[in-house]
Amino acid sequence: MTFNYEVDASVPEMAGRASTEFKSVLKQLGVSAKVIRRISIAMYEGEINMVIHANGGTITCQVDENQIEIVMADVGPGIPDLDLAMKAGWSTASPQARELGFGAGMGMPNMKKFSDEMEVETQIGVGTTLTLRFNLAA
Amino acid sequence: MVVRDLLDLKELKLLQEADLDAAISGGYMGDLLSVVMGEAEEEQLWITIQSHVNVVAVAALKGIPAVIIAHGYEPDEETLAKAKEEGITLLSTELDPFSIAKKLILEKGL
Repeated sequence: MTFNYEVDASVPEMAGRASTEFKSVLKQLGVSAKVIRRISIAMYEGEINMVIHANGGTITCQVDENQIEIVMADVGPGIPDLDLAMKAGWSTASPQARELGFGAGMGMPNMKKFSDEMEVETQIGVGTTLTLRFNLAA
Repeated sequence: MVVRDLLDLKELKLLQEADLDAAISGGYMGDLLSVVMGEAEEEQLWITIQSHVNVVAVAALKGIPAVIIAHGYEPDEETLAKAKEEGITLLSTELDPFSIAKKLILEKGL
């Protein structure tokens, strides 16, 4: 099953809508609460990043028997130094985003921490596509 | 301890009531949402100075049953409505985060 979401950056307060909606879907599908929590946190972090850094984008969630794959694609500025972006505490968030409690520099590290696999494809001026995978078996 | 046990603390004001029988097994203090998301545990009481709607989203994602907004900051209508929808109890205090945490530890044994 595939679920598609649009992330609209013009309303920053709405960030989290896609992860909240997908969380309800997972509950209905009977996925364990522990796995749902990990998926929701990682997806929420990705959604926030798309809103505060990349002017929104699209999220595609593919649910299979043994795995859930979440692909988050944006046409934002790209990530110049991926090693730095993966470093806990490093952030390029705006002062406005920081005032809201974002920009802790924990988004990418949290996505890695809470997913089973994480892949990042990024190109300056073109955009970033982030893939998160979660194992459902065992 | 459950959420209801917090309500007789005179420094706390109940803003949005949800499941008052939800268990609380500790606390977490933080204002950077991603740090809270990475580090807080389920069933913890969260003390923060943030008062906007994303606080409710983080609490809901983490399984945090109640949030205390410190320094007298008041959440807007949207945040209260979201808390109602997600089943998160919101409280506020005029005290700073450290002082309310101290009271919870000394007077409530949290």
